[in-house]
Amino acid sequence: MGSNAVYCKMSWSNVQSGGPKSVGAAILAAALMGLFACRAASGQVELTGSWAVRNHEVLTGDGLPVDFAGIPLNDEARIRALSYSQSQLEMVERQCQGWPAFYLVQGPFGLKIWSETDPIKGNVIAYIIGAWEDRAPLTIWMDGRAHPSEYAEHTRAGFTTGKWEGDTLVAYTTHMKAGFLRKTGAPSSDEATLTTRFYRHGDLLTLLAIIEDPIYLAEPWILSKSFQLTATPLPPIGPPCITAYEGSVGATAPHYLPEKNPFVDEMTTKFGVPRAAALGQPETLYPEYRKQIPAAAPAK
Amino acid sequence: MRIFFIATLVTLLFVAAQPRAGGQDRNAPAKGAATAKASAPTDMTGYWVAFVSEDWRFRMVTPRKGDYQAVPMTAEARKVAEAWDPAADEAAGKQCKAYGAAAIMRVPARFHITWQDENTLRVDSDSGMQTRLFHFNSTSQTPPPLPPGERTWQGYSIAQWQKAALKVTTTNLRAGYLRKNGVPYSENAAVTEYFDIAPLPDGGKLMLDTVIVDDPQYLQLPFTVSSQFKKEADGSKWDPTPCTAR
Repeated sequence: MGSNAVYCKMSWSNVQSGGPKSVGAAILAAALMGLFACRAASGQVELTGSWAVRNHEVLTGDGLPVDFAGIPLNDEARIRALSYSQSQLEMVERQCQGWPAFYLVQGPFGLKIWSETDPIKGNVIAYIIGAWEDRAPLTIWMDGRAHPSEYAEHTRAGFTTGKWEGDTLVAYTTHMKAGFLRKTGAPSSDEATLTTRFYRHGDLLTLLAIIEDPIYLAEPWILSKSFQLTATPLPPIGPPCITAYEGSVGATAPHYLPEKNPFVDEMTTKFGVPRAAALGQPETLYPEYRKQIPAAAPAK
Repeated sequence: MRIFFIATLVTLLFVAAQPRAGGQDRNAPAKGAATAKASAPTDMTGYWVAFVSEDWRFRMVTPRKGDYQAVPMTAEARKVAEAWDPAADEAAGKQCKAYGAAAIMRVPARFHITWQDENTLRVDSDSGMQTRLFHFNSTSQTPPPLPPGERTWQGYSIAQWQKAALKVTTTNLRAGYLRKNGVPYSENAAVTEYFDIAPLPDGGKLMLDTVIVDDPQYLQLPFTVSSQFKKEADGSKWDPTPCTAR
C-alpha cells in the first residue's frame, strides 16, 4: 500500500510540474496514470508479515479414525471415507497425498505472508504464503492473470488468483490434486475449488474458506480461522512432505470393506456424537438436528 | 489559457477519483449521517442460521466433563470447570450460563437481527431466547456504570461500523460458560467481535462473527473463535427454546 501511495504522489507531482513540450498531453497522461494506479490501491490493507495461529477451534478433526462431524459429505464421499485406513500412509506413493490448499485453515500452523512486487510500478504481483511441513506454499496471483486450462496440471497447492473487494482480499483456488477434506479419509476431488477471504481487523487476521467439491460435498463446506500478528518471525518450514520407505512395498492398499470399518461408532461411545453426525450427514450441520439427537446418547 | 483549462479539468477529475482521506472508502459511513442505521455500510438484518461446520462435538452436544480441548484455560479455570454441576445451575436458576455474550454466537441457533431504533441493533436468538443490544450512540465508548448485581448474561455492548465491518465490544457480563461443560469466563471478561458479510456461491449471504474473549482470570490468552451463519429467507424455522444447563 505504501508504494502505491508513493506512486500516487509521483503522478500528482508530474501534473504539477509540467515541463514537456506538449504540456497538455503530459498533464493528461500523468493524471490518467495516477488516477488508475491510485484507484487500484484503494481499500487495500497490509497482509504481509508473520501471523501466529490461534488454535482455539479444533479444525483438523483427526483425533479419531472416523470423525467427519461438521463436513457436509455426500454418499459417495462417505463410502470412500469409511473404506480408508490410515495404514495407507505406509505406502510411499500415498504418503504425500494429503492436503490441498484448504489445509491453510485446518492445520495447526501460523502464516508467513510476503509479497512480490513489480520493480518499476511497485504494485503487488503476488502474495505468497509460506509452506508448512505437509502443506505446499500458496501463491496468490494479483496481476490479473487467468486460471490455466482445465487440462493443465493439478498440484498440491493448486492455482490461485486474488483480487481486492474493499479491504478484503478474495482468493480463488483451482487445479488442486485430489486429497483429503479431513486427514482421516474424508476425500476431496481434483475438481474442488477454494474461495478464501482474508479479513484484517487490527492485528487479527481471519480467513474465511468456502470449499466447493461437486464430487464429494453435498453443499459448500465453510471454515474460518484467526491469526494474530506477531513481531516474532515465523521460521521457514519445508520443503513439504518428503516420502520415505516405512516397511510397505505397496502391493495392496490397506482399506476397510463396506460395513467393516471397526471405528465407525467410536465418536458415539467416546463423545456421545450420533453416528449420522460422525459420518457427516449434511442435515447434522444445522441447529434443528439437535432435536433428533437421542437423549440417551452416552457421553462417557 | 487552453492548457490551463484542460489542466484544471483533469485535476478536478483526478482529485475526485481519489479515496477519501483517513483510509475511508465508499463503504465507510457517510459523513454527517444522522444515525447508525442510516449510515450502515451493509445490511445485517434478517434471520441467520448457525452453520455448525466447526467444533461440532463441543457445540451440538454437551461435552463431557473434562473435555476442554483447545481452550487456553488457567489452572483456576480448570478447577472451576472440574466442579461443573448442571443440577446446581438449574437449582440456582442459572441455566443460561452457556448462553452469555461470550458464548451465545457459538450456540447452534438462529439469530434474528433487527434495528430496535435508529442507533441500536438488536440480536435475538431462538435457542436460549436471548437478546443482545448493540448501542451505536455511545459518545464515551464505555458502558454506563452499573451498580453491583445488574450485570446480565448479554452485558452492555458498544458498536461501531468499521468500514464494511461491525465491531462490537461487550462488558458488564454475568460470569458464564464458554462451553456448556463448565469452561468458565468471569464477570470481568471483555468480548470483542467483528462481523463481516460475504457472498455464498448460491447467491446467498454469509455472516462471519470473529469473537475474542479476554479474561485474565480464566484464560491464559484471549480465546478467539469465529462462527459462520447463513442468511435465511424468513423466520419459518424460528424455534424459541429456553436455556438448558445440560
